[in-house]
Amino acid sequence: MNNHTHAGHDLGARGEEAAAGYLAGLGWRLIERNWRCREGELDIIAHDGRQYVVCEVKTRRSVRFGDPVEAVGDGKAARLRRLALRWAASHGVRGADVRIDVLGLVAEGDGFVLDHLREVC
Amino acid sequence: MTLAKTRSVSLVGVDGFVVDVEAAITSGVPGLHLVGLPDTALSEARDRVRAAIFNSGEDWPNRHVTVSLFPASLPKKGSTFDVAIAVALLAAAEVVPPRSCAGLVLIGELGLDGRVRAIPGVLPAVLAAANAGCRRVVVPRANAAEAGLVPDVEVLAAGTLRGLLAVLRDEAPPIEDEEPDPPPPRSAAGLSLRSPDRRTGMDLADVRGQAEARRALEISAAGGHHLFFSGPPGCGKTMLAERLPTLLPPLEADAALEVTAIHSVAGTLPPDQPLITRSPFYAPHHTATRAAMVGGGSGRVLQPGAVSLAHRGTLFLDEAPEFMSGTLDALRQPLEEGEVRISRAEGTACFPARFTLVLAANPCPCAAAKQVDCSCAPAIRRKYLTRISGPLLDRIDLKLELTPASRAELRYDLEFAEASRVVAERVLTARERTLKRLDDTPWRSNSEIPGPELRRRFTPPPEAMRAADDALQRGSLSARGLDRVLRVAWTIADLAGHDQPDEDDVGGALALWTGRRS
Repeated sequence: MNNHTHAGHDLGARGEEAAAGYLAGLGWRLIERNWRCREGELDIIAHDGRQYVVCEVKTRRSVRFGDPVEAVGDGKAARLRRLALRWAASHGVRGADVRIDVLGLVAEGDGFVLDHLREVC
Repeated sequence: MTLAKTRSVSLVGVDGFVVDVEAAITSGVPGLHLVGLPDTALSEARDRVRAAIFNSGEDWPNRHVTVSLFPASLPKKGSTFDVAIAVALLAAAEVVPPRSCAGLVLIGELGLDGRVRAIPGVLPAVLAAANAGCRRVVVPRANAAEAGLVPDVEVLAAGTLRGLLAVLRDEAPPIEDEEPDPPPPRSAAGLSLRSPDRRTGMDLADVRGQAEARRALEISAAGGHHLFFSGPPGCGKTMLAERLPTLLPPLEADAALEVTAIHSVAGTLPPDQPLITRSPFYAPHHTATRAAMVGGGSGRVLQPGAVSLAHRGTLFLDEAPEFMSGTLDALRQPLEEGEVRISRAEGTACFPARFTLVLAANPCPCAAAKQVDCSCAPAIRRKYLTRISGPLLDRIDLKLELTPASRAELRYDLEFAEASRVVAERVLTARERTLKRLDDTPWRSNSEIPGPELRRRFTPPPEAMRAADDALQRGSLSARGLDRVLRVAWTIADLAGHDQPDEDDVGGALALWTGRRS
């Protein structure tokens, strides 16, 4: 889970904002932000024109403790998959039409360096 | 491109198999996945490769990377695949041009700092790569001399991963600190190779008296026959045996490669001497275990034993009855076949083991200088020598009972004793005669000729065989013994310059086989 100190929260929010802007730039339709259920939260749900994409946004101030995309391990991937299916069920979308991408952002100056991993799980 | 392929070599014993190392970058959870039966050391390559790539100034591809070692069913061990994995991975990430490393064989272990470390077994690995048709091989710089022994292969010596990547990218190599690599790991086996310094300067002329034993030594050197010296302590058994290598000619080119390959796998190759050209001399202590003698070891690392380290050379067992009987009897199969097959749960390795066995033994445990002084009970005396089992003795061509050198011999014989150089010359001439006769056969010495071939093609005239026929009739000579006597007879004939053995040659061989003093 995210670091909930003020600075950490702020960085995460800024990262998600940057990621949403990036996805919009790709021409994707943004469906929902910060969808919550009892089990957790999905950062961004978008539609790339062919299928729904659940985007997990990971933001880091530096790569000193590893690259943000590395933070998505097997356990995290399984959780994301479960959440994505839950979202699909509550929106009447077939589970096979949802895929999961990971967006890794590393702060650099005012902006971010973005790494987009498609079809992680 | 998200797919790249390099090659490496997996060693089973001294036989190498070329292994394809494929790296694919696909979608999925980021990480490096190694498939294809890796052992623990190989699984740790994941961490070594990652640190080495970071410390070589390259970016780690933060993707789902799968590295596959093909054929997947062949168990792979050790750290020799590190370089191949690192380069395949970087080629898949398009950091180096994939074309530059396609078909390239890479061998070596990576240090965390990106240094390419020396590994044991480079020579057999490069040989296997060459036999598989690979023409370019990357090896650690410390092993480059060893790899250079293989003809028709372009050897790229890599000091660091950074330098290797520069070569693959056709860039100028970076300036590296010329720190010498640490020497390759040494074998931890309980046996030790006699240091060559101790053996240099040895000469047959050092041994006084013992004319018969010298003669037997000469026959053994000329034909590669096994030898058994028994006699009271101090009569010169060990001295004689240790001087056998001084009579042997240097190894031929292919034999030298075989010997070097074995020592490379065992990690006993002297770092300053990439090619072993002198025939090896190996003298394990009598506490050696069966695994130390014939090879083996636990886990997936099958190490060559004393019989293989003495390949194309001499295996000297001093105080032979003190060896565990199981250890001695384990020698029987390699003595017959010239190779050992070691089977373990993880696989079977085959090591060449064509050696000349030299045994030395005291006649009894008390080892009195004169037989009259012996304080051993007759039963103990009898039991002592039977520790060397009959089947083993049956395989020994030359058996000799030594007597202490007489006073006259000790005082005067030194002037008449032939130097190693003189005897070695005779040995060489005899070996050349043998080679000429065996020209169209795969064998190089009389002791290697298999029994059936010997009887079919190299039968001395019947009148020369009379002594052997009599012994066979009496039952004092076994069928295998007859073959052995025949081989020795040929060697004696070669030494004497006869075209084929005459009655004296066969008689002499028979006397040496039965071990009766002539």
